[in-house]
Amino acid sequence: MQWETVIGLEIHTQLATKSKIFSGASTAFGAAPNTQACAVDLGLPGVLPVLNAEAVKMAVRFGKAIGAHVAERSVFARKNYFYPDLPKGYQISQMELPIVGRGAVEITLEDGSSKTVGVTRAHLEEDAGKSLHEDFHGQTGIDLNRAGTPLLEIVSEPDMRSAKEAVAYAKKIHQIVTFIGICDGNMQEGSFRVDANVSVRPKGQAEYGTRAELKNINSFKFIEKAINHEVERQIDVIESGGTVVQETRLYDANKDETRSMRSKEEANDYRYFPDPDLLPVVIEQAFIDAVVAEMPELPDAKRARFAADYGLSEYDADVLTSSRAMADYFEVAARTGGDAKLAANWVMGELSGALNKAGLEIDQSPVTAGQLGGLVARLADDTISGKIAKDVFAAMWDGEGDADAIIEAKGLKQITDSGALEAIVDEVIAANPEQVANYRAAEPDKQPKMIGFFVGQIMKQTQGKANPQQINKLLRAKLAD
Amino acid sequence: MHDKSIAELSAGLKSGEFSSVELTRHFLDRIAAHDGRLNSFITVTEEGALAQAAAADARIQAGDAGPLTGIPLAHKDIFCTRGVRTSCASKMLDPFVAPYDATVVTNLAEAGVVMLGKTNMDEFAMGSSNETSWYGPVRNPWDTDRVPGGSSGGSASAVAARLCAAATGTDTGGSIRQPASFCGITGIKPTYGRVSRYGMIAFASSLDQAGPMTRSAEDAALLLTGMSGFDPKDSTSIDRPVEDYAAALGRDLKGLKVGVVKEFFGDGLDAGVGASVQAAIDELKKLGADVMEVSLPNSGLSVPAYYVVAPAECSSNLSRMDGVRFGHRCEDPRDLTDLYERSRSEGFGDEVKRRILIGTYALSAGYYDAYYLKAQKIRRLISDDFKQAFEQVDVLVGPSAPDTAFKLGAKSDDPVSMYLSDIYTIAVNLAGLPGMSIPAAPANGLPVGLQLIGNYFEEARLLNVAHQLQLATDWHRATPGGFE
Repeated sequence: MQWETVIGLEIHTQLATKSKIFSGASTAFGAAPNTQACAVDLGLPGVLPVLNAEAVKMAVRFGKAIGAHVAERSVFARKNYFYPDLPKGYQISQMELPIVGRGAVEITLEDGSSKTVGVTRAHLEEDAGKSLHEDFHGQTGIDLNRAGTPLLEIVSEPDMRSAKEAVAYAKKIHQIVTFIGICDGNMQEGSFRVDANVSVRPKGQAEYGTRAELKNINSFKFIEKAINHEVERQIDVIESGGTVVQETRLYDANKDETRSMRSKEEANDYRYFPDPDLLPVVIEQAFIDAVVAEMPELPDAKRARFAADYGLSEYDADVLTSSRAMADYFEVAARTGGDAKLAANWVMGELSGALNKAGLEIDQSPVTAGQLGGLVARLADDTISGKIAKDVFAAMWDGEGDADAIIEAKGLKQITDSGALEAIVDEVIAANPEQVANYRAAEPDKQPKMIGFFVGQIMKQTQGKANPQQINKLLRAKLAD
Repeated sequence: MHDKSIAELSAGLKSGEFSSVELTRHFLDRIAAHDGRLNSFITVTEEGALAQAAAADARIQAGDAGPLTGIPLAHKDIFCTRGVRTSCASKMLDPFVAPYDATVVTNLAEAGVVMLGKTNMDEFAMGSSNETSWYGPVRNPWDTDRVPGGSSGGSASAVAARLCAAATGTDTGGSIRQPASFCGITGIKPTYGRVSRYGMIAFASSLDQAGPMTRSAEDAALLLTGMSGFDPKDSTSIDRPVEDYAAALGRDLKGLKVGVVKEFFGDGLDAGVGASVQAAIDELKKLGADVMEVSLPNSGLSVPAYYVVAPAECSSNLSRMDGVRFGHRCEDPRDLTDLYERSRSEGFGDEVKRRILIGTYALSAGYYDAYYLKAQKIRRLISDDFKQAFEQVDVLVGPSAPDTAFKLGAKSDDPVSMYLSDIYTIAVNLAGLPGMSIPAAPANGLPVGLQLIGNYFEEARLLNVAHQLQLATDWHRATPGGFE
């Protein structure tokens, strides 16, 4: 039997607000346990939530970025369940009336074609704290620093038909939320968490199969693995005469398997009801207009602009807009360097290589975009050669300063004075009569290769600082005499 | 000193007739002497009170005193008070010392009041007799075999017995007005959103509202002015300037349109109470008010609607009492479920458990529409009734409670009969309107409350009507025997 996979994703993005969604406590990651939890986050008796307007603005920005309807009126609801890292015994979320309604994003498939994936809704909610099971000898520690961190949960339609499509969609959402500056996108720190609803059905069947929800997937690679694994499992179950049960399954990256966490029967009845401590969120058109006016350039628009304005290939434009940090870096380097293509080559080549090797992200690069631009400028105006540029780059990477300072300090400036170069060329020709004779006797199509010897000699004498084009020109003229 | 009004006490403090420390000492002595019979206080904060009194005396000396500076009062133990046990009269919170002050407490502290202590109440404000307190029942100073009403029973009892100049209370379904009625004092529940709920331990968030419990409308006006105000920490508090309620007490009642709520005088109303309330209405007529009958046709639905909405909200509000971070935790929990089950089973009393169960049920999948949503619809109908009534009249009047104070234990085994004690007060909370109870002529030898209900933010009008009536009558001056 031919099987078709149906996937929908729920993505929790942690919003990059300075303070929490319902309190003034900081959202910074990595502080000592419970140092960033105020009375409201601790759920002490008597405390009340107050909505962070910045979180609302970010949600609206996302809504407008995916062409969705932003609700004029949305309502916070309580999702009731007991867990030690959920201080109030309920999570403030949105149920019936989410802030962002239906929208869509375009994804590009491997064969180059594109597909539209529907976004059902996106709603604001607060994160829970963390339970820490290590280091407590049979007890559980609770860290409430994360409790109350704002989340935007983005729910897709079941529009994806393969794990690869799901990854493309997740990457697209990741790209959008990071480009519009509402999420840092850090999957290791849990800023971008993906749950996948997966089901299979016989090809051609209209009804969906029973789905399983996969949780705990914390990288794009694991999304693909977890889904493919789950699809195989479900097909095995059905083909061996069983039925798939609706349940939540946990993905274990170490064992590359999913295992049942709870079935539908065991699922909580969350007893949602509107939170009486919070007023409905009423959003006026003027607010939406202001958010739209401040909207950063979206990835698709940026890619098109890079291709058009900088004359970059589609591939280059794609790579350079893969993240907001990369795009920003490139633009600064291109502007400072005055040569976009050269800047693009250096960002994608030398810089990316060095970052990869060092395991760094582009926003952690020891060479700033301005510094790389400075290097590009010296390349573009022929102050240094490409070969020397690599040395200068290495020196910048090691923190030795800007390109100009390094070129100056190390005396790496190209010799372009034709008088000086001519003298060196004459000297080399005079010192190597045998090679000169061979050259002159050779077939014309062999000569370009043989000229390399003389270039090498000159570079040796000038420690690589001679301008290669100029030497070539001079040598050809002189050797032809 | 204990028989003086707040205005008289303030004048005495300012003239140097007595100091706040002397006044505070006097009330502390009265609490020590008399509260054994009443159990109206859970915690007496003698040391803090005397320190606050000394600070108030310094302010008075410096000429920096307001109308409440140096006045000793008590807070219902539902308000968080920094460094002081805040129990909500529950075993669950017996170990809980709040690390912060409720906004009401802060506002009054800034006005210079002295906190004598924390008053007893029904556990988590759930009850109408003050018998559900983990610290034992409060007794009515008019007859110590009788209940003071609830849930703000400790505040009502303490104010009536002159153990404090005034007290704070909270009212979710009548918890200020019904005990005010039973104890013969004045109490006002303001418009929802007038007083901040921050730091007031939530029972039913959409209904809870704090207010003053005093011996006169004038005192209530002074105290309410000090308690009220927009609070950015409470999203449901309303950003609207606070009136000087005491300054607005001088208007006569000529031409005031008073609506007598027809539905509040039907079956179930004690005849003596009915007669007292009628006598008070007749006084209003004498003062020039135009009295007419009005109808709130859906008010009969208020008790059932309330007993869905309030338990639903409380079932969620009380979830944070889980034994994990604060409050009671059972001994040696075996696992997480055991920790939850035993901590909550041991920590909560029967009435609280009953309401958590009702509320959990009402919010459950499959029942939500039939109960919670339906109750919300009734709530709108009730609000609409009031809206129409206030198109015809300025204030509504009726009894605060169907009966006078009943004996301890009389309704303990019959929760529904207990719930009906709030039959005339609940609709006001469902609509979010201001409501007030002031003493009418006694019946059956016990206090009776006249209820006044105003339109949104018409606290000043209610207080003025009450004050004018209190100028013309002396029902509010009666003091229970043994507490003179």
